[in-house]
Amino acid sequence: MSPWVLAGLVGAALVGLGLYGLILHPHPLRKLLAFNLIGSGVFLVFGIVARRGAAAGFSFDPIPQAMVITGIVVAFAASALAVALILRLHAESGRVTLDPEAWTKPDDGAAKS
Amino acid sequence: MMPPDPTTPGGALLVLAILLPCAGIILSFVLGGRNAERVALGLTPFGFALACAIAFHVASAGKPIVYALGGLAPPLGIALRADGVSAVMLVAAAVILTAAGFYARAKFATPEGGPESRSALTFWIMLQAIWAALTIIFVGGDLFNLYVALELLTFAAVPLVCIDGRPETLAAALRYLLFALFGSISYLLGVALFYGAYGTLDIPLLAQRVQSTPIVWLAAALMTGGLLAKTALFPLHLWLPPAHANAPAAASAVLSGLVVKGSFFLTLRLWFYVLPALSAAGAANILGALALAAIITGSVLALRQARLKLLIAYSTVAQIGYLFLVFPLATGAHVWSGIGWSAGVMQILAHAFAKAAMFLSAGLLAEALGHDQIARFAGAARALPMTFLTLGLGGLSLMGLPPSGGFSAKWLMLQASVASGQWVWTLPVLAGGLLAAGYVYRILTPALSEGDIMLKAPPKRSREAIALGLALIALALGFAPQGFFDLLEIGRPLAAGTLQ
Repeated sequence: MSPWVLAGLVGAALVGLGLYGLILHPHPLRKLLAFNLIGSGVFLVFGIVARRGAAAGFSFDPIPQAMVITGIVVAFAASALAVALILRLHAESGRVTLDPEAWTKPDDGAAKS
Repeated sequence: MMPPDPTTPGGALLVLAILLPCAGIILSFVLGGRNAERVALGLTPFGFALACAIAFHVASAGKPIVYALGGLAPPLGIALRADGVSAVMLVAAAVILTAAGFYARAKFATPEGGPESRSALTFWIMLQAIWAALTIIFVGGDLFNLYVALELLTFAAVPLVCIDGRPETLAAALRYLLFALFGSISYLLGVALFYGAYGTLDIPLLAQRVQSTPIVWLAAALMTGGLLAKTALFPLHLWLPPAHANAPAAASAVLSGLVVKGSFFLTLRLWFYVLPALSAAGAANILGALALAAIITGSVLALRQARLKLLIAYSTVAQIGYLFLVFPLATGAHVWSGIGWSAGVMQILAHAFAKAAMFLSAGLLAEALGHDQIARFAGAARALPMTFLTLGLGGLSLMGLPPSGGFSAKWLMLQASVASGQWVWTLPVLAGGLLAAGYVYRILTPALSEGDIMLKAPPKRSREAIALGLALIALALGFAPQGFFDLLEIGRPLAAGTLQ
């Protein structure tokens, strides 16, 4: 098995594991970690795309690598935003749940905006 | 050998249109306080003028305007392109963002000499960020660039949802963000596969190269799935109602009217611009079936809501369904595809204006009454005639009664489904219209009945006028001349069959 086939399979496995976690784990922090797992898998696939040199003539195609760097920055920003929201949610309410039923109060539902 | 620089006259306008809100974000952030509001509102006329100038250039040239960044032609460089649809969307976005900005002055103003509030600063900066991201989405010509724009749009929209910091809004924002992250990473995987297969992400170049191979279908499916999660098409709509209903009214108007249209616009780009060579009738029918389910579920759930803002948010779920009917009705190169295309774009515009007007009115209503419980509206129409006129006119367009943009869109959809022999798609169009009538009457009936109502504070006339203005634009779209539909055709690739 060539290294890039192995890397591709690992990437696919990471995406699969992440997807499983994202859908099945109820806790937002675990969902966020699962998202990062999918992200790693996708970045690995980008790496293999670069290795195969889709734009012929280079041993390595630099463009997918530039995309991975951008993708990592975006995923980092997204994770930071999500962690900030989780922390704030915990600070405001003392619990962290995404269940919409948990937030519907029995009051008249008056808009406080 | 370098291909020639594809930049056309007027191409620099596209760069300016992106730079303007970006400069505004930085200025607002640096100057802070009252100046954030001044910068955001001060730039709106210029943004609107730029959007109009781009539309004028596209219409007068009769072909898309292009700007190659750094003078490098694709595939090495990245091109910005504005065709007829982008131009129309740019103008619509400018109008709605300007309206939302001026409407929001009452809530997010920083008083003279008062302390800078975090929510006001966030609102003005995020409003401009949404403008910047939408502009890049409408004129971007490179799939990876569009991914970054899509992320910018999400990062600008999520803070608007939880701007007042109540726990339920934070939970709604978090749910929205998690759905959006799944959507973006799925889109990104599709981009990687496209690049691996064809070595370019430029839309016209890809369109020439794609063939019907498993990898292309996989990439298209991944990207579409991701975009559906961001657009909130059934069954991925769960995040939308709490997020849109809990945001402040001005933000709800922008989120429901424009932000979901950003990812929908990319879905259009993908299927009609990147993949016109694929015979995609099967995929189009799957999207059509989801659209049908979205129209029925969204409308029925809207009928059952006790709160006005939630009702309007569920109506958005249903109206997003209508958007996706464009896929079965405009795919392929048939006589009727042009009608389906016009119908889809008209539906984007009509819904954007009508829904923004309704959310702004709902905000006025909630402020004036202190609640937005539909059951306690008795007598409210007498006390707030202008607000309810706006709600009624917006509802008129949602139902698809003439004369309105909603009517034109649905009429064109019916024509396209009859002309193409796809009778099944007339069902959701007609049933959705009836259900929409049901939920609009549910708002108006109690409000028009007799009752004593205490207003906490009468709404400002100018804010009511802004909402009414948007509703009137939704109506005026029903009178769009033929020239408008010709503009929409500029730059639309001819689909399979005529391509060879």
